[in-house]
Amino acid sequence: MNVLRGFATTFKHILEEPVTIQYPEQSIEFQERYKGRHELHRYENGLEKCIGCALCAAACPADAIWVEAAENTDEVRFSPGERYAKTYEINMMRCIYCGYCEDACPTEAIVLGHEHRLSFTSRSEAIFTKDVLLVEAPEGTQATPQRVRPGTFDRSIPDMEDPL
Amino acid sequence: MGVTSKLGNLGVVTTTLDTAINWGRTGAMWPLLFGLACCAIEYMSTQASNYDLSRFGMELNRATPRQADLLIVSGRVTRKMAPVVRQLYDQMASPKWVISMGDCASCGGVYNNYAVVQGVDEIIPVDVYVAGCPPRPEQLLDGIVMLHEKVRRETIKEWA
Repeated sequence: MNVLRGFATTFKHILEEPVTIQYPEQSIEFQERYKGRHELHRYENGLEKCIGCALCAAACPADAIWVEAAENTDEVRFSPGERYAKTYEINMMRCIYCGYCEDACPTEAIVLGHEHRLSFTSRSEAIFTKDVLLVEAPEGTQATPQRVRPGTFDRSIPDMEDPL
Repeated sequence: MGVTSKLGNLGVVTTTLDTAINWGRTGAMWPLLFGLACCAIEYMSTQASNYDLSRFGMELNRATPRQADLLIVSGRVTRKMAPVVRQLYDQMASPKWVISMGDCASCGGVYNNYAVVQGVDEIIPVDVYVAGCPPRPEQLLDGIVMLHEKVRRETIKEWA
C-alpha cells in the first residue's frame, strides 16, 4: 500500500512541465535591476558623459577601475567641461558588480548594463578599455573628439537632453 | 609523441580521431565535487533542475579527484588552502581542465590582502576564467561552453 502511495507522488509529477531553462538556446528575462557589464554613455549630440573625475575609481571597493583624465579644448572636445577620461579601464575580474561606481558618478556616465557573458581565456582579456566600454554615438552625430563652437560646453553638466 | 609520431601524418584519420575524442571529452566532463565559498552556492544552483548541468554531461560530481576531469575553483583560495588545491589538481588524471569561477578565484577580487591567493592561476593552470561576483548560473554555463569550444580545438598532435 505504501508503495502505491509513493508511486502516486511520482506519477503526479510525470505530467508536470519541466522547469529546466535550456540556457544557451533560451534565457530568462533578467530583472531591470540586474547589474552586468558596464557601459559608458553619451549625450544626445555624441559627447561623452564621462568627465574623468575618477569618483567611480574612488568608490570602487575592489579597486577595479583606472581613470586617467586629460584636458578638453574646443577644437578637440570629448566631453563637456574641462576634462575627459583619456584612459578608462575596468578589470572585469576584479569588479564585483556592486554598482557603487554607478552611484558615485555625477554625470550618470557609467551604467551597469545587462550583458552577462563574461568568460575569458586569459587575464589580460578581462581588462576592458574605453573603446570597449563606450557605447556607439547616436545616429546622425559625430563620434568624439568633436570640434565645437567656443563657449558652448564650458560646464561639466550641460543643458542637454539626457538619454541613457 | 603519440599516434602521429608512430604512424606519421595520417591526415583524415587523425582529424576524425580528434573529432571523436573531443566529442567524448566534451560529452562527459565530470567535475570535481569541490566548492570553496559563495560561488559554490551558484555552482550548486547550476547543477539543480533550473539550469541542469547534466545537459552538458556533467551530472556526476566526482568526490575524488582521481575520477574527475574538470576542477571548478569556486571561491577565494586562501594561502592555507592553496597547497590543498594544488594537491587536488595533481591527483586528477590527465586530461584535466580548470575553470576559475568568479572574481576571487580569477584574481583575488575584492580580497586584495595577504591571506588570499591573488588568482588561482598562481598555483594551477587555468583554462577559462568566469567573471562575476558570484557569477550567475548562466555565466558559469557560458564558461563551460567556452571550455568545450576550447577542448574541441585540441588536436592529437599537441599531446605530449
